[in-house]
Amino acid sequence: MAWVENEWGIYVMRKKECIAMILAGGQGSRLGSLTRNIAKPAMPFGGKYRIIDFPLSNCHNSGIDTVGVLTQYRPLALHSYIGIGSPWDLDRRDGGVYVLPPYAQEGGAEWYKGTADAIYQNLNFIDMINPNYVLVLSGDHIYNMDYSLMLDRHKKQRAEATISVIEVPWHETSRFGIMSTDEQGRITEFIEKPKEANSNLASMGIYIFNWRLLRKCLEDDRKNALSSHDFGKDIIPKLLMDGHRLFAYYFKGYWKDVGTVESFWEANMDLLADEPELDLHNPNWRVYSVNPTRPPHYVGTTAKITRSLVSEGCSILGEVERSVIFPGVHIEEGAIIKDSIVMPYVTIGRDAQIYRGIIGRKSLIEEGALIGSINHEGICVIEENIVIPSDAQILENHMISKQKQVG
Amino acid sequence: MQNVMGIINLNLGQDLLKELTMGRPLAALPFGGRYRLIDFILSNMVNSGMQNVGILVQDKYRALMDHLRSGKEWDLARKRDGLFILPPSPNPCSSGGCRGSVENFYNNLDYIESSRQEYMLIAGSHIVCNLNYRKAFKFHKDMNADITILYKEYDAEDELAQYTILNCQPDGRISDMGSQSSRIASRKVSMEMYLIEKGLLVELIKDCQARGGWDFVKDVLIKNIDKLKMFGYAYKGYAARIDSIKNYYRHNMDLLKPEKWEELFFKSGLVYTKVKDEAPVKYKENARAFNTMIANGCIIEGRVENSILFRGVKVHKGAYIKDSIIMQKCEIAENAIIENVICDKNVCITQGKWLKGEKNYPLVVAKGTVV
Repeated sequence: MAWVENEWGIYVMRKKECIAMILAGGQGSRLGSLTRNIAKPAMPFGGKYRIIDFPLSNCHNSGIDTVGVLTQYRPLALHSYIGIGSPWDLDRRDGGVYVLPPYAQEGGAEWYKGTADAIYQNLNFIDMINPNYVLVLSGDHIYNMDYSLMLDRHKKQRAEATISVIEVPWHETSRFGIMSTDEQGRITEFIEKPKEANSNLASMGIYIFNWRLLRKCLEDDRKNALSSHDFGKDIIPKLLMDGHRLFAYYFKGYWKDVGTVESFWEANMDLLADEPELDLHNPNWRVYSVNPTRPPHYVGTTAKITRSLVSEGCSILGEVERSVIFPGVHIEEGAIIKDSIVMPYVTIGRDAQIYRGIIGRKSLIEEGALIGSINHEGICVIEENIVIPSDAQILENHMISKQKQVG
Repeated sequence: MQNVMGIINLNLGQDLLKELTMGRPLAALPFGGRYRLIDFILSNMVNSGMQNVGILVQDKYRALMDHLRSGKEWDLARKRDGLFILPPSPNPCSSGGCRGSVENFYNNLDYIESSRQEYMLIAGSHIVCNLNYRKAFKFHKDMNADITILYKEYDAEDELAQYTILNCQPDGRISDMGSQSSRIASRKVSMEMYLIEKGLLVELIKDCQARGGWDFVKDVLIKNIDKLKMFGYAYKGYAARIDSIKNYYRHNMDLLKPEKWEELFFKSGLVYTKVKDEAPVKYKENARAFNTMIANGCIIEGRVENSILFRGVKVHKGAYIKDSIIMQKCEIAENAIIENVICDKNVCITQGKWLKGEKNYPLVVAKGTVV
């Protein structure tokens, strides 16, 4: 936020220094039935949150008060969740949250054809605010990060674009956009998903651009028929080729892009460590979310809970071990839940057993049903609103969805 | 019920919970793991469809204002109506504080008179219940009553000495009311919740003030028992009266019975409170919890039994909490043992300490104490 002098020589708060644009239109197709009805950023995570809570909370905690959220795939859950942004303190008089789905204009309607195209189609929104810098974020990454430090760095380096990078294991470099930098941190090379990498600095999909430069670049890219209109594939290589000042911002800490069922499951399990890398209990870096109106959870006399996260409104009478339990879940006596993720308002009947399962919202696991097995690695996914009948047995690596009801 | 305005009168039973109400009004007393007493009556009013609620505050109300703020959590931050704090206006004639609840009403009579609603529901914040007022209001209109008083009938073994008892005729008409020591032999106890037409209330308050009376029950209700049609409406659900440390402890512990937990928190609407954005409860490897209610933000490494933990409590390894109420942000260090204790907010029980109260006389540790 920059202070601008008005016509009477008084400093009034007007111009936004930096706004954030969150790309939240992705389907996350490799997550299968978990994202059949919701966009990936709307996926529940960590016993209470949805994934988009992380970038939105980061914005709030970094002092960014104007945020555009670009939606496209299955946006209802996301739109109703974000609302006017009050949970993230983004219901502001000047600024706040703006939900930006694709729209029709003269000459017809079109979808967002790529990450860069999504921003291009909302040039009018950014022009309306006319910031100095635009922070482009992904709505489906899980991490806590202070963007204000990245912006400081961007200004200090007199960069035209700054890309946040994180060290990844060498054998995973082929999944990411990989950067090479010089001693000052200036980016010398950028290769999207290289077969053989000469660096292990991966782009986190977090960019700060000088707005003027980005605006021009997006307009040029729009005219390029060969472009796929993607930041990683088109915009960054183009800027680099044209010799602009691109810098890397080294991020240390927890960062995860949960692309698959396995990585979604793992990211949830990561939270159960004694001192997890991603600390949800840090009072100085709250992760905000829409809170369900539920009482504290109740732990019965027959319950046993170890190494787990349990949220409000649950009543737990069974055994829970290494699991993440969302609000309003009922687990009856004798049930055993291990290494699992149980989404909101699920009921798990007496003596049911779940091993390495992901149980979708409002599903009902009846008495004595068995999901997964102790001896297997695979993960069972039960979609939302499914009834698993009494004494059914579902083995590992299954996805149970509406189309494929059992029993 | 949009035609009913709520008045929550905090001029009742302020000092009965000495240590716990030193720095806060009774209405701001934490209860049930994440609530304050006022949340229950406010949520009841909102869940019944009321949209205009005034709160007659008495003293020490900063803690309450901090909790309520704009009233957004109860959906009462509205353009028209919504939540209003009605402070006592300094009266040059009265030295030594408020003389009675009528004075508070009288000082805010202009607000009451100018409201759009025709009816008023007056209630305190000291009774914890999940009550939908729609039926009582229908009863009030069907009976063509001047005043309807909600009451609860208690069992024979309950001690009723300090309460207002109603004597009702078969049709519900109240023929007599007063304390139990008087000649009334009924077990119907007034819940201090009244439905009344606005015009009548204003008239009664003005009349009472003019005659020098200050007590709503004695000078407004009992005095007019023959002149006005007063009816009693029986409430049969869960109601916990918080008027002593012993009762406070007992009623909190009652919530560990699943049927009470369900009735208070779900049965006729949800209970709203200020959101704190705490993470889900984290149970570590050595955690053991039985018959316990735990609010978000807690980290459990020790053993917790028959207890209520408010938001953000830390229970370290080897610590043992039994039959206790631990309020917000307390920390129970390694190997500390506490039993029958009420820890107010921000208490720290250091390593290896052993604290024990009695079931009928729980030990209260004051806010912010380090033991």
